[in-house]
Amino acid sequence: MAIEVRDVNKSFGTTPVLHDVSLDVAAGSLTALLGPSGGGKSTLLRVIAGLERPDTGTVRISGVDATRLSPQRRNVGFVFQHYAAFKHLTVFRNVAFGLEIRKRPKAEIRKRVMELLELVHLEKLADRYPSQLSGGQRQRMALARALAVEPQVLLLDEPFGALDAQVRKELRTWLRRLHDEVHVTTVFVTHDQEEAIEVADTIVVLAGGEVVQAGSPGEVYDNPANPFVMRFLGPVTEIGGSLVRPHDIEISPGPVEGGSPAVVSRVVRLGFEVRVEVKVGGHDAWVQVTREQADRLGLGPGDTIHLRPVPGARSLALAL
Amino acid sequence: MAKHALRLVAVAYVLFLLVLPVILIIWRTFGDGLAPFVEALTSPSALHAFKVTLTVAGWAVVANTVFGVVTAILLVRHQFPGKQLLGAFIDLPMAVSPVVVGLALILVYGRFAPFGGLLESWGIQVIFSTPGMVLATVFVALPLVVRAIVPVLEELGDEQEQAAHTLGASRLQTFVRITLPGIRWALGYGIVLCLARSLGEYGAVAVVSGRLVDQTQTLTLFVEERFQNFDQPAAFAAATALALIAVVTLLLTKLLRPKDRIDGN
Repeated sequence: MAIEVRDVNKSFGTTPVLHDVSLDVAAGSLTALLGPSGGGKSTLLRVIAGLERPDTGTVRISGVDATRLSPQRRNVGFVFQHYAAFKHLTVFRNVAFGLEIRKRPKAEIRKRVMELLELVHLEKLADRYPSQLSGGQRQRMALARALAVEPQVLLLDEPFGALDAQVRKELRTWLRRLHDEVHVTTVFVTHDQEEAIEVADTIVVLAGGEVVQAGSPGEVYDNPANPFVMRFLGPVTEIGGSLVRPHDIEISPGPVEGGSPAVVSRVVRLGFEVRVEVKVGGHDAWVQVTREQADRLGLGPGDTIHLRPVPGARSLALAL
Repeated sequence: MAKHALRLVAVAYVLFLLVLPVILIIWRTFGDGLAPFVEALTSPSALHAFKVTLTVAGWAVVANTVFGVVTAILLVRHQFPGKQLLGAFIDLPMAVSPVVVGLALILVYGRFAPFGGLLESWGIQVIFSTPGMVLATVFVALPLVVRAIVPVLEELGDEQEQAAHTLGASRLQTFVRITLPGIRWALGYGIVLCLARSLGEYGAVAVVSGRLVDQTQTLTLFVEERFQNFDQPAAFAAATALALIAVVTLLLTKLLRPKDRIDGN
């Protein structure tokens, strides 16, 4: 295991932030810490980096107990949401920082930095200052800077959180590809479930300072441990006292076995996808169908239909 | 109309309080040409006063720079009991009259005070000597460096420092390579202000120095002493020299200030 976190507790003053958190991160994996804000995910990442000290519990990095090591000695790469670029240094000197601290020969530093700048596509901007870069470029520089010291683990705290939607999407795909090239064990914090599913090979869901579920994106999406995880990982709706994914519901014009009668209140066409909003047993629910299905059923407001989960759909019974 | 009246009041205010006195001093100084000015400032007493002023101000600036940087970092980056109290104490010299500061120093370091007596027995004379004058000047100029740096440190945040730590930098390396460059203009500004205040200090130094001519006489004390002894040319010459130094430092602060804003964007 590249990172082993055991029974970590952490409070800020009287506010508990992490409660008995244990976590294993496999070497070479790309793990997402996913959860709502205030769930403790950033604090957990900072505990791993040594930027926060846990009240109790241990952190092992590559088998070495790092609980009491300062961040200086942990050899982790850390990327901050707001880049933490060294404003008074050029892109080149930013990336070279860790190597200069380690007193590597000049020629070696130059070679390594230029390699990294090529990797993050900033080789032409080596002499610029951070203030002359866009947000996405600054974050790529911060990544190169963290990678320069060949860290045992790379930790990213909401790395794309400060970027606009378009750049976010690009950098996501790019991070995945970068990880496939560099293979460094990577943990990143996000509150965006789509980002976690798209980029990570393991998702750890954190809420209320506890690990709620850990697994591959498929597992967590298809077999959520509880209604909270199911709601957090994707769209859900409620029929017959169960939580179901809206795309896992079958619509029939007539009564079917195990079906619930519903009245269509609105049909919204969103390109390929059609959202059918219904009333079932007094409360609102919705079903996602394709345009072709919607056309075949010829649905309109006021129609009475029958709903049931498609065979094999995952649903969670809600405690009443 | 009201705008014009207001403008007139402001201009008159500055004219009578600042411009007129300064112009008159310069007028009186150079009224008989440059020679008397040079002569008055190159007398042994005047030269000695320059030397004392520079020594005292130099040490005070060094002490307040080191103390200022350390204190500002403590106040902004660390949590500790008594932090609020320290913050309040830093501003105390702004409120207390320098004369009170001088008297207080005599109460602690005077020959007949317990602590001063102890130092005296070790051969260290504080009051009526350079150490006392440095102490008084340090106290009076205490907040200037701290207050110049604190807002910039706050704006800078600690993420760059944390990033440097994770990249393997020690505390000292982080300070020298990251923190110091981040606050350099503010620090320069604070140092210049501190220097100006130290060069011009009168009240506290007057009390603790004993005003011994050719021994503990600073330039400001020299001006006063010459004036009292009806040596107006020397008094005006030294006063003009002080004013010129003040103008230069003021220009320096103007140069440093805008850069600080660009730096902290």
